[in-house]
Formats: sequence, structure tokens, C-alpha cells
Amino acid sequence: MITITGLQKRFGKLAVLRGIDLNIAPGKVTAIVGPNGSGKTTLIKTLLGLVRPDSGTISLAGVSLNGDPSYREMIGYMPQAGKFPENLTVSEVLRLVKDVRRHSGPLDEALFEQFQLAESLNKPIRTLSGGTRQKLSATIAFLFRPEILILDEPTAGLDPVASAQLKDKICRERDGGRTVILTSHIMSEIEALSDILVFLQDGKVFYNGTLAAMIHSSGETRLERAIARLMEGGDAA
Amino acid sequence: MNTTTVRIIKFEFSDVLRSKWVLIYGLFFFLLTETLFRFGGTSARVMLSLSNVVLIIVPLICIVYGTIYLYNAREFMELMLAQPLRRRSLFGGLYSGLVIPLNLSFLVGVGLPFLLHGVERTAHLQAFSMLLLAGVFLTLIFIALAFLISTAYEDKMKGLGIAILSWLLFSVAYDGVMLSLIYRFSDYPLEKAVIALTLLNPVDLARTLLLMQLDIAALMGYTGAVFELFFGSIMGAAISLAALSLWVICPMWLGLRQFRRKDF
Repeated sequence: MITITGLQKRFGKLAVLRGIDLNIAPGKVTAIVGPNGSGKTTLIKTLLGLVRPDSGTISLAGVSLNGDPSYREMIGYMPQAGKFPENLTVSEVLRLVKDVRRHSGPLDEALFEQFQLAESLNKPIRTLSGGTRQKLSATIAFLFRPEILILDEPTAGLDPVASAQLKDKICRERDGGRTVILTSHIMSEIEALSDILVFLQDGKVFYNGTLAAMIHSSGETRLERAIARLMEGGDAA
Repeated sequence: MNTTTVRIIKFEFSDVLRSKWVLIYGLFFFLLTETLFRFGGTSARVMLSLSNVVLIIVPLICIVYGTIYLYNAREFMELMLAQPLRRRSLFGGLYSGLVIPLNLSFLVGVGLPFLLHGVERTAHLQAFSMLLLAGVFLTLIFIALAFLISTAYEDKMKGLGIAILSWLLFSVAYDGVMLSLIYRFSDYPLEKAVIALTLLNPVDLARTLLLMQLDIAALMGYTGAVFELFFGSIMGAAISLAALSLWVICPMWLGLRQFRRKDF
């Protein structure tokens, strides 16, 4: 679905991505994990064109990214912290996104209803709690039924009920054949949701394989332990 | 201009209007012009006083308001850039969405009192349109500079400081430096140097344009006199307008280039 080759990005002196080669399989949930500052968010942002890579190529469904923005019609994105214009209301934000997206066909408003966002429709963004912002962010990501979902720490800041609803939604979309890329620091969540695990360390892909193989090869029984072992190994290397 | 740009302009238009600053800006010009009419009398005198205020206030408000607005629009930009639209469209939408309301405000604020009191004689009509044109150009230029500054610096406070410094440079410091140069090298023929220096400052360009129209070029400073002498009124105006256009195009082009390469 997505092929990344030789992706590099520096911010000033700091090399954030140091040659990433990655294939993301269609119809699967790929979890990108790694310590803070390992380049997870930067990698995601390059997929969206928010960050311009210094070198390397990305191709999406066979089309290489060359500045034509139409590929983003395929992508639903939920950023790490949902940022919206503070003085707009929820309904204005939704209208704005729908306006720009010009999506034809039915919208997916399941999350909007589950999260009961209708109650907040006329509230300005600045009065919303962090959790409600995340709910809005998730709703927008799924709204246009995109082929690819990119979720950057989707459940961070959500209450347990909303978090469970979102996780169920992710599973349903995966079963519906959509490609999901997510990052998370919650190992139990990754264990429950993802098929493939990509471990980033210092801007490089350190491990890329199925979740089961990863746990098996480490000799541990829990993902958390396996990852911890991997991280220790990474530090030593 | 594509439809996405138009949608962004529409959205920003309502956003800018909602903040009410643009309305206050227009109201300021309306009250100022109206007051000048009540005290000053003739439209020529009103125009002269007004010119001085326009040359100071328009660049200041545009660069400061533009910079603040663009820093605050960072979330909006991030939200939009995750959608299928070109950065160029977003840039065009943001720029037009700032420039159109500010210019409308300015034009209505200054124009309405003149309509109410009437512009005397056709010669003044020309000067009056030049005043409006100069204001519009200064808005276009200083919003473009605001764009350049806010994309170049991540830190809002730093950007705002640089915006104010740029205004000080163009509106105050530049003239001081130029005057001291003229004074110091008064034994030499400075006409060409002065013209070159004027072309490098949009505020001076606008001032020259206005002074030449008001038939007081010789009274109102060296630059105006030199321009008049060198080019004559028509040619001088044409050259100032061309240089002003370049002052719009260059920062806009640089700003767009930076915006397209920027990491969000």
C-alpha cells in the first residue's frame, strides 16, 4: 500500500529520520513504536506531506508523492494533539473540513454519534477539553471513509469508554479492508490492535515484522517485555 | 484561482471580520478623515494630512496584525494541509483572506467621508485615487512581508519583534539614515543615489507618489523634488508604481517559496 525508500530528514543539526525503508501492507494494522524522539511523528508527517523529506521516496498505492495533493483524499489523519482554530465552533470546523474535502458519497458519522459530539456542536474549540478535541479529531479522520488511516497516539487523552469505542472502530475498519497506521506507547493497545509492528530507533527501522513473530523471537510472553528487551538491545548496539 | 482557494478566502473572511479588528481599523480611518474634513475644510488639505497618517498607520497595522494572525492560524494551516489541497491554494487563500478585508476597510473608511463631502476639482480626484492606491499597495506589501516573517520564524514573539523592527526600519529609521547621508555628502551630486534609495523602501515610494500628486513635491522633501526633476510627474508616478508592484511580487514570491518548503 505504502512504500518508503531511503527516507531522510534533518531538523537543523538533528537527524530525525536516517534512511527509512518500509513497506506497509494493505488491509492490516501497522503499529509504529519506539522511544520518544525516535522519529515516529516525523515519519507520519512525511507521509502526509506536512514535513518535506530531504531525500528518499514515498509511493502510495503505486503513485509516488510528487507534490500533487490529491492522494490525501485516500488518507484520514488524526494528529497527536488535535489542533483546530480556537475561535471556531465544532460545527464550523466540521463544515470547513467537509468543504475542503469535497467528498462525494455518504459520510461515516459513527464516531460522531458514539462520542455524542452533537452536544458540543455549538461550542467554540477553545472551551473544549483535551479529550473532546481528540474525539473531534478521530471523527474527522474516519469521516470520509478513507482507504488509509493514520492515527498518531489515537487513544491518548481519551476516557476509557471513548478509547474502547475508538479501538472497536479501528478493528472494524481493518476488517473492512482498510489500511491503518498507528503509533502508541500503550503496549496492551498495540497487542490488541495491530498485526504488524515497526520499531523505530534513532531514525531507523530496527524491527519490522508481525507481532507474533516479534514476541516469539524475543522469548518473552508479553509484548511489553519483548519491546523492553528490544530497546535495551538497541541501546547496546 | 481555484475553488479551494475561494473556500479558504470565504472562511477566512468571516474569521477576520469576527475578530472585529478589521472593523476598528476601518472605523479609525473613517473618523480620522471625517474629523480632518470638519476641521481642515478643503479636500486638498485633508488629503495632505491623511497621506501622512496613511503612510505610518497602514504599514504598521498590516505587518503587526498580519504577523499575529498568521501565527494564530498555524492550527488552521495544519488542519488544512492534512487535506487534499495544494500549499499554493492555502497560501493564496490566506493572503487574499487577509488583504481583501483590510483593503475594503481602508477604502470604505477613507472613501466614505470624501463621498459625503465631495472631492473638489478633477485634479484632486486624481490625487485622491493615488492616495487610495498607495494605501492598497502598502497593504499588499506589508501583508506579504508578514507572511515572509511568520513562515521564516517558528517563534511567535521573535516574529512579532522582527515585524515591528521592519516597520520601524521602513517608516522611521530609513528616512533618518537617508537624511544624514544627504547632509553628510551634500557636496556631491546625490540625485541618483537618492532615487535608488527611495526605490528600496516601499513607504518612501508611496510617499513620493503622493507628494508628486499634491503639487507640493518641492516643498515636501528632497526625494519628491528629485523625482519630479528627474522623471516629471507622469514618468515618476509610473516608475513608483512599477517599483511598488515589485515590492508586492518579491516578498509574495519569497513567502510562497518558503511556505511550500516549510515543515509543519
